[in-house]
Amino acid sequence: MPIHTEPMTINVGPQHPSTHGVFRLRVTFDGEEILEVEPVFGYLHRGTEKLAEERTYVQIVTLTDRLDYVSSMINNQGYCLAVEKLLGVEPPLRAKWLRTMVAELQRIASHLMGIGFFLQDLGTLGTPLMYGFRTREKILDLFEMLCGARITLTYMRPGGVFSDTPPDFWPALENFMQELPTEIGEIEQLVMENEIVLVRTKGVSPLSPEMAINCSVSGPVLRASGIAWDWRKMEPYDAYEWVDFDVPVGANGDNYDRFWVRMQEIHQSARIIHQCMEHIEPGPVRLDLPLVFRPEPGAEAYGRVEASKGELAFYMLSDGGVSPYRCKIRSPSLINLTVTEHLLVGWKLADMIVTLGSLDINMGEVDR
Amino acid sequence: MSPDNVLYGTPVYRFVYELVGTVLPCWISYVAAGLVIMFILVNAVLMGAAVFVFAERRLIGRFHNRIGPNRWGPFGTFQPFADVLKLIFKEDITPAAADKIVFLAAPIVMLAPAILMLAVVPFAKNTALADLNVGILYILAVTSLSSVAILMAGWSSNNRYAMFGAARGVAVLISYEVPVVLCLLGVVMVAGSMSLADVVEAQAVPFLLVQPLALFVFLAGVSAELNRTPFDVAEAESELVAGYHTEYSGVKFALIQAAEFGGVVTASMVVVTLFLGGWAGPLADYLGWFWFLLKVGAVAFIFIWVRATYPRLRIDQLMAFAWKFLLPLSIINLFATSLEVFFLRDSQGVLATNDLWIMTGINLALGAGCIALFGSMIREKIKPVTWQPAAGTASLTVGEVT
Amino acid sequence: MPVQALTGAELAERLSAGVPASVERWEEEVVWVEPSKVEDVARFLRDDSSLDFQFLNAISAIDFIEYFDVVYHLTSFRLQHTAVIKTRLHGRESLSVPSVYHVWRGADFQEREVWDLMGVDFQGHPNMKRIMLWEGFEGHPLRKDFL
Repeated sequence: MPIHTEPMTINVGPQHPSTHGVFRLRVTFDGEEILEVEPVFGYLHRGTEKLAEERTYVQIVTLTDRLDYVSSMINNQGYCLAVEKLLGVEPPLRAKWLRTMVAELQRIASHLMGIGFFLQDLGTLGTPLMYGFRTREKILDLFEMLCGARITLTYMRPGGVFSDTPPDFWPALENFMQELPTEIGEIEQLVMENEIVLVRTKGVSPLSPEMAINCSVSGPVLRASGIAWDWRKMEPYDAYEWVDFDVPVGANGDNYDRFWVRMQEIHQSARIIHQCMEHIEPGPVRLDLPLVFRPEPGAEAYGRVEASKGELAFYMLSDGGVSPYRCKIRSPSLINLTVTEHLLVGWKLADMIVTLGSLDINMGEVDR
Repeated sequence: MSPDNVLYGTPVYRFVYELVGTVLPCWISYVAAGLVIMFILVNAVLMGAAVFVFAERRLIGRFHNRIGPNRWGPFGTFQPFADVLKLIFKEDITPAAADKIVFLAAPIVMLAPAILMLAVVPFAKNTALADLNVGILYILAVTSLSSVAILMAGWSSNNRYAMFGAARGVAVLISYEVPVVLCLLGVVMVAGSMSLADVVEAQAVPFLLVQPLALFVFLAGVSAELNRTPFDVAEAESELVAGYHTEYSGVKFALIQAAEFGGVVTASMVVVTLFLGGWAGPLADYLGWFWFLLKVGAVAFIFIWVRATYPRLRIDQLMAFAWKFLLPLSIINLFATSLEVFFLRDSQGVLATNDLWIMTGINLALGAGCIALFGSMIREKIKPVTWQPAAGTASLTVGEVT
Repeated sequence: MPVQALTGAELAERLSAGVPASVERWEEEVVWVEPSKVEDVARFLRDDSSLDFQFLNAISAIDFIEYFDVVYHLTSFRLQHTAVIKTRLHGRESLSVPSVYHVWRGADFQEREVWDLMGVDFQGHPNMKRIMLWEGFEGHPLRKDFL
């Protein structure tokens, strides 16, 4: 016999240890069970789209760093692709390989954070999180060699990348790629078949493929639901058409599959990086574009990348001025949140936190 | 007045009692001796908690590939004292909507079980503060106090997270009390006594071997009662902010932390006493305290290790674990032990060392069998998916599940 | 195999057949539709088996001072093609367009965002309120006249 208690409404967030930023959920509980969920956000809204209308095309690159601040490289890439589409130019070959490589490095770093915080939400006291941070720290060191920054990188520019690699970068990358399998292996050994992880995540908050598509979900969350859709394969940009990699696909779309898909994508990213290191050849890394340029009036472009969280797209429209007339950002984190209510209602408080962790949202991107 | 209390056997108590008694009236020496004992107990728990906090933070640092606190004092050993000083000088906030008296009392009630438990633990030969003849019963009675304290803290805070934590905490404590009591019955039967000193004496073979199932159930149950991962639902940081002590700050928070970590130390002491032979070891008459502390350290290390490794169970899974897994195990253990004791004991009802070895063999086999059986029943339900990388992209039909 | 963009002419032809009087005009890769027909068009695009646009990528709105454009980017996973649908709303006050919430749930937050920042109301959306800014905020900050 189910025992019903007085429904209780709690504001989870905006200050809560595991809402991954300033995210708020108004949740009504019946005991431990969730009756209603309403996501509330906007606490980190900085008006990036409005700011972009006031800046030149090159200056906007710095704004994109601050969207999903754990995967700045991929944001840069998405924006630069959109601007290149707007101008109708192609970056040099070396720049394409370099962009692909650093974007995959960034994907590893971002997925490690996603997995680490997901497991943190499961209550692991930070051990896998710290393992992830150890690897991420090395990636950030590599980025520091490339552009001097660690988080807000601004490494890419419309028409290429900011500068060529320093000579000591390649040995360091080689070294990192040798250490990577061991470090990822340690995390996998610790958690992948841990019975508590399995019992907490398998079958919890499943997302059906139909629902995932209807809710415009993208990225690892979509693939965990069984749909092998990856823009790197379906609309290859930069050097992705020349590299070989697989698209991991989940079976049930539950929390475990979302976590597992990210784990597998790390391995695939490592494969891509190896191929980039093999194929990259000396050459120019940047088109000779002026610092301030004016695309054709009326030109528009929808440039998208498969970011670590999903489909990140920039819809750019030019009026012939030095800054875009409109720069719409399609943020995967915001749109993936559409399924929160569907995923959470009927589950328990503890599952709610874990499911949010498995969606891997980033508030910088949700609120923009 | 004749000193007819359980503490009179304690040398420290008698020394103070008689020293003060030579110059002052009897009742003052009575109080003075009691205060000295209390002073020792409280400080032992607080020091134990301090040492444990330091060890835990350093060890978890190592588990995390970090260094851990290493600035203040040699190897950072003064860190807990710095923490306590900081907490004492911090503002002590009482929420406006809180039930003030209960809010104030809860941390004190919470610290009480940890201190009271220490009174009956024998540190070395004849070195228990009070060798109660119902020592095990006393421990069980005292530990159940903490559920009252958790409920007090959660209720009086008038905070929904705290209330959630308190409700969970009490549910867990009450559920895990049952298997813990049942598994201790096995120990009592083999030892033939409830006095902790007698239990230690009875361990010609450590009960770790004679009662492996009981040890397993007891460790799991104690972890749950102490709110240690994987059973820390009551203060689940990622879910409930801090659970029942969300609203506590300053000195009260320090007391709650001391109770929590002191609780782990005293629980380790109980585990050592009941299952690892207490102060037994080479030259136990002189080095008993050393062996005792060494074993306590080892048990505390296991608690830390588990905490650094495992994620947290959900509350319903936690309940299922207690009622569907630990309870059957402890009943099986109780049943097997009583049969073994019935058939193996001699006419005086005493078990010889040889009999203990026979029981060890049977119980180890039984324990391994039971855990394998129950474990496979759980594992059946949670098989991980296996994925083979396919060449190229998988086929792309909407709704198709690959 | 990379995704193909459907040409405006091809899409417009099929749309006119499926939803009469919905297409205003078309360009290279864009089809302009009648604002009042947006929901019907959306349902047709999603359900027609030769179009199969089950996935809504993005809803964007653009302020052109005299008029507003609302842009829908769509993808079909099964047929691997994309399309762009646009609709034009004239004027600056009380702009509204039918909501596609009931066709694509993914429109939920995007339509709310467009309302919040651009002031285009989506009729039929069950929860049309501000998303980034707080209730009671005056104006729509992404409009060109908002300073």
